Amino acid sequence: MSAGPPLKIYIADDEAPARARLRELLADIGSALPTVVVGEAPNGLEVIERLPGSGAQVLLLDIQMPGMNGLEVARHLAQLEQPPAVVFVTAHDRHAVEAFELNALDYLMKPARAERLEAALRKALAAGPPSRERLARAAPVAREYFSVAERNRISLVPVADVVYLKAELKYVTLRTRAGEHLIEEPLVALEREFGERFVRVHRNCLVARDAIRGFERAGGAEDEPRWNVVLEGFAERLPVSRRQWPALKGLLGERKA
Amino acid sequence: MASIRQIPEADALPDFRNLGVMARVLVAVHVLALAAVALAASDWRDALQDFVAAAIQFEPPLIASLLLLYVAAPRLLRLPYWSGSLAVAALVAALAAASHAAFGPLAAIGLARALLLAAAAAAVVLGYLRLHMKAHSPALSEARLQALQARIRPHFLFNSLNAVLALIRRDPRRAERALEDLADLFRALMSDSRSLVRLADEIALLERYAAIEQLRLGDRLRLTWELDGAPVDALLPPLVLQPLLENAIYHGVEPGTGVGDVLVRIERRGERVLSRIENPQLPAGAARAGNQMALENIRERLMLFFDAEARLESRVADGRYSVEIEIPYRAGTK
Repeated sequence: MSAGPPLKIYIADDEAPARARLRELLADIGSALPTVVVGEAPNGLEVIERLPGSGAQVLLLDIQMPGMNGLEVARHLAQLEQPPAVVFVTAHDRHAVEAFELNALDYLMKPARAERLEAALRKALAAGPPSRERLARAAPVAREYFSVAERNRISLVPVADVVYLKAELKYVTLRTRAGEHLIEEPLVALEREFGERFVRVHRNCLVARDAIRGFERAGGAEDEPRWNVVLEGFAERLPVSRRQWPALKGLLGERKA
Repeated sequence: MASIRQIPEADALPDFRNLGVMARVLVAVHVLALAAVALAASDWRDALQDFVAAAIQFEPPLIASLLLLYVAAPRLLRLPYWSGSLAVAALVAALAAASHAAFGPLAAIGLARALLLAAAAAAVVLGYLRLHMKAHSPALSEARLQALQARIRPHFLFNSLNAVLALIRRDPRRAERALEDLADLFRALMSDSRSLVRLADEIALLERYAAIEQLRLGDRLRLTWELDGAPVDALLPPLVLQPLLENAIYHGVEPGTGVGDVLVRIERRGERVLSRIENPQLPAGAARAGNQMALENIRERLMLFFDAEARLESRVADGRYSVEIEIPYRAGTK
């Protein structure tokens, strides 16, 4: 690619000198690989907010950022209709990078050299945006936000605000105290990622552990009663499946103890 | 330090004039004897009787050995370790032989066995004392000290170098100063850590470190220095304050999206020197893990230098995290 329009780059790093350095390096490789910086952000949340409208083709993304770490940023952006390719940047040593299981992804180590940057940009362009699955595999911890993609915008729902997740056909409904959102992720994967925070009460439903006030009888035969989950500050009741009941009963005991 | 010494401290015989060593020898020999009779006897009552009988036999040569070792200690300590150990074993065996002769027909075991037991006991006890010394040797503490010191976070170095690279073209003079600061910081980090340093030097180091962080973080780091009451001639172990400031920034400023206020206050109160470093306590989601390690390291180093006279405390109050160090005030010349 030589004659085409310059490559649109977005830079995300919390340190101003680090952003300046990347701009400098991009200028240095300009004759071999013309680029234009379409935006910069000093933290993860601002990247999510501002990148979608920028038309960025490649995102240079610092992994250790305040607000939201780079891996989570990339996972949310991957939901865009036209997500950018991503080059991760980190100041950590190789050992720490291995801990991040980032090997599956392309990354640059700070301080980066111009030729490394150029190679990484070309490689990222060729590979295209990273898939959600690959990003999910590389993430060492659960996300702090769910994200809902709306054409060219991403709205974030803090995981801490979600009371329960309910699977319906293709979608999962996120229920918060303020309203509902639809996301397109399998419930099984969500259970794996957020198992610490949410517990399965039914084949199609995960409930935040700290939102459970108790359980109440919902009929059924004398020797085989049916139960409902009573939620903190919610009138709605959620049915408990027979299979999940033994585990949930234990949970309640733990909370009392 | 030019190079790592291959054998930090050659093996040395224990100091036979040290009360602790003598007590350890007495206890060790009695434990050995007790173990031996307990193994041989059929029940505990028999074992106890056997032990008393044996004690009558081995205590005179044991006490004579301790006395003789006390007298001969200066000469023995001048010998190389292994010949010294042989000399000790020979001395003990000779005393056992003398004691055996003195007991005459009352001796419970033959001369050969008595000699063998005495030499074996001497070897076991010497071996035990050697292990004990190794575990508590100053060389080891020193090595640990240096390991503790070398814990500056690698990401700090690489981010700092990156920041300096960004300056070189736009502001070469500032880049120069930043590299000088980095050089001073790393010189201190790699220096010999056994001696105390003046507080003035430690404060200078803090300021160099802070200048680098300021370069990286810009307006996000707001530092307040309260050093008017700092006794600049006070002595303290090197690099106890810098890791605390590094922690304050790493945990209290870097993970936050806003401005982080960090306070450094050092003052003298009577015969004590009080240092306090404060940073914002970030919400659980933003905070980084792994603070306790660094604090334990510093506490350990303070103990090595000041023993029980130093104090390190951390607390959270009003959304601020603070660490306070208190050490005795000792003025250094220079």
